[in-house]
Amino acid sequence: MLNYIGYRVLQLIPLLIAISIIVFFIIQLPPGDFLSTYIQQLELSGTKVDAGMILNLERQYGLDQPFIVQYLVWIKNIIVDGDLGRSFQWNKPVSEVLGDRLMLTMVISVISLIFVWIIAIPIGIYSAVKQYSILDYVFTFIGFIGLAVPGFLIALVVLYFVFVNTGVSLSGLFSPEYVDAPWSMAKVMDMLPRLVLPVVIIGMSGTAGLIRVMRGMLLDELSKQYVITARAKGVESTKLLFKYPVRMAINPLISTIGWTLPALISGEAIVSIVMNLPTTGPILLRALMFQDMYLAGSFLLIVSVLTVIGTLISDILLAWLDPRIRFGGVAD
Amino acid sequence: MNTAVPTKAVKKRWFRLGRVPQAVETDEAYEVASQWKLMWWKFKKHKIAMAAGVVLVLFYMSALFCEFLSPHLPLDRYTSYKNAPPQTLHFYDKESGFSLRPFVYDMKMKVNEQTFLRTFQPDTSKKYYIHFFVKGPEYRMWGLFKTDIHLFGTKDMRAPLFLAGTDDLGRDLLSRMIYGGRISLSFGVLGIVLTLILGLLLGGLSGYLGGVTDTIVQRSIDLLICIPTIPLWMALSAALPRDWSALEIYFGMVIIFSIIGWTGLARVVRGKILSLREEDFTMAARLAGASDLRIIRKHLLPSFASYTIVTVTLSIPATILGETALSFLGIGLAPPVVSWGVLLQDSQNLETLAHHPWLLWPAALIIVTVLMFNFLGDGLRDAADPYK
Repeated sequence: MLNYIGYRVLQLIPLLIAISIIVFFIIQLPPGDFLSTYIQQLELSGTKVDAGMILNLERQYGLDQPFIVQYLVWIKNIIVDGDLGRSFQWNKPVSEVLGDRLMLTMVISVISLIFVWIIAIPIGIYSAVKQYSILDYVFTFIGFIGLAVPGFLIALVVLYFVFVNTGVSLSGLFSPEYVDAPWSMAKVMDMLPRLVLPVVIIGMSGTAGLIRVMRGMLLDELSKQYVITARAKGVESTKLLFKYPVRMAINPLISTIGWTLPALISGEAIVSIVMNLPTTGPILLRALMFQDMYLAGSFLLIVSVLTVIGTLISDILLAWLDPRIRFGGVAD
Repeated sequence: MNTAVPTKAVKKRWFRLGRVPQAVETDEAYEVASQWKLMWWKFKKHKIAMAAGVVLVLFYMSALFCEFLSPHLPLDRYTSYKNAPPQTLHFYDKESGFSLRPFVYDMKMKVNEQTFLRTFQPDTSKKYYIHFFVKGPEYRMWGLFKTDIHLFGTKDMRAPLFLAGTDDLGRDLLSRMIYGGRISLSFGVLGIVLTLILGLLLGGLSGYLGGVTDTIVQRSIDLLICIPTIPLWMALSAALPRDWSALEIYFGMVIIFSIIGWTGLARVVRGKILSLREEDFTMAARLAGASDLRIIRKHLLPSFASYTIVTVTLSIPATILGETALSFLGIGLAPPVVSWGVLLQDSQNLETLAHHPWLLWPAALIIVTVLMFNFLGDGLRDAADPYK
C-alpha cells in the first residue's frame, strides 16, 4: 500500500510542473506585463514612481529575463516564500485577496461532493434494480434536466422565483450583520441555511451524471453470472445486492472523483457569480475583466493543484477498497 | 394424477436478475442490411431521439434563415416601447368579432405615480393585423442580396409587434433570439469541427502508434482534465486581445474550446483503435499486405465512426453552454453581437429580471437545445452498435 501511494505521489510531480507552466503561460498571455499596468496605476493615483523602484520590482519578479527564467523566479517565489505575486487591482498580495474566499470555495465544493453522493448512490441503485419502473423514468428524466441545464441558469431561475414570490433576495452567504464580522459559531450557524441552495444547485449536474453512471454499472453487474449463481443457491436478494454488485458498482464512482471535483469547482465558480457568494468565483471574474492576471492565474493554479490532490486521495481510497488495483492486477 | 401441490406463495422478487434477451429479427432484409442501415432502423425505434432530431433541424433552419424569419432587425430600437412586455395574439375582438387573421393591440405606457415604474397596458382602440410575407425593414440575406420581405409582420413598419417583449433599449426580443440562435447554434457546430479534427488525429495516433506518442497524448489528457474547465475557459477568453473584432473573438473562442475539449473524443477514439487493432479482420488485412493508412481508412475508421458521431453529438451542447456562460458573464462575445448568452446578460440583475421576466426567454431556448442534443445523442448511442 505504501509503495502504491509513493508511486502515485511521484507521478504527480511532472503533472504539477506542467500545470504550473500552463498557468504561467496564461498569466503572460495579455499584452504588456503586469508591472507596466501597476506603474501606470501608481502614477494615475499620484504616486511618484522613480527608476529605482521600477528596477527593484523588475528584479523581484525577474521581468528583465527570458520566459524560462521568469517562470523559475515565479515558481521559486511561490515555493520558497509562498508569494503568488501581486494583484494590482486590489493592490494586495494575491494570497491575501484569495485567503478566506478560497476556503469557502473548498467548503462548498466538498459539501456539494458529499451531497452528490448521498443523493446519487441510492437513486442509482434504485433505478438499476427497478429498471423501467415509473420512478426509474422519473429519475432518468430529472437526471436529463440536471445534466442539460447549467447551474447558473438554474440559479437564475430559482433566484427569480424566490424573489418574485417572497421578495427575498437569496444571493449572498451571510445576513447583513455578519458580512464583515470575524468568524464565530454564530456566523457559521447563520451561513448554514444559506448554504443549502448553492450546494443543491452546484451538485445538480454532478448528481445527474453520477446517477447514470451508477445505474449503468449496477445493471452490468446484475446480469453477470455470479449474481445468477448466488440467486440459484438461495442467497437473499437484498443481502446479495449490497454485498457484491453494489460494492463493485461503487468503485467507478470513487475513481471519478478526479473529474467530479473539477466539474464541481467549475460549476461553483459560475454559480457563485450569479448568486453573489463571497467565494473565489466573483474575484476571478473581476480579475479577468481587469486582466489582473497574477490573481486569475494564481486562482487557476491553486484550484488545479487542489483537484490533483483530490484525485490522489480518490486513487488511494480506491486502492484501499479494491485489492486488485493495490496489487496491480487490473490493467485497464 | 394431477395432485395440486399447495405452492408456497412465492415472494415476488423486488428486482429482476438477468435481462430478457431481445427478440432477434431473422428475416432476410436484416441479414443483408449494411451497418448504417441497421443503425438507422434501430435509431428509428427511438421515438424521443427522432423527435429531438426534428426539433434540432428546425432550430438550425431558423438560424440559417433568421433574417427572413424575424419581424424586426435585431438592433432596431423602438424608443417608445422600452421594456414592453410580450404581446398576445388575438383572434377575437368585441367590435369586429372573430377574425381568422390574428392581430395585436397597440400598447400604452403608464407610469405608476408611487413607484415610478413604467408599465404597458394593451390599447384596444388600435389593432394591427399580422400578415405573411410583408414588407419590413430592409436587410441583406446572408450578406448577399438586398430584400425587405419578412415571413410575418404588420403592414405598418413602425407598428409595435413584440411577441416576446422588448429590452431596455426597445429592441424586439423575438428577433434578437432568432438572430442569437445563428451565433449560438453555429458556435456549437464550428467548435466541434476543430475538436473533431484534434480528437481524431491525436486519439488515433495515440492508439495506433502506441509507445511514446501514446504516453505523451495520455499525459496531456490527464493534465487538461485536472484543470477546472470553466475557470480555464474564462482565463483564456479574457486573455483575447481587446482590440479584436467580433468575428476574431468568435473564432478565438472556437479555438479555445477545441484546445480544451478534444480530450473526451481522443479517449474514445484511442480506446476503440486499441481494441480494433487486435481484431482478426485487422490482422487479415495486414497479412494481405494492406498499408497502415489503408487499414486505418478502410477498416478502422468505419468501425468507430458511429461512436465518434455519438461523442460529437453529446459534446456540442457543452460547447453551446460554454459560449453562453462566458457571454453571460461578459467575457465572451459582447454586444452588438447577438447570441443567447449576450441576451441573458440583461437578466443578470435580479430586480430587472423581476420586473421584466420575459428577458429570461433565451434561457428556455438554450435549455431546449441542450436537452434535444442530449436526447439525440442518447438515441444515437443506442443505435451505434446495431449488432448488440
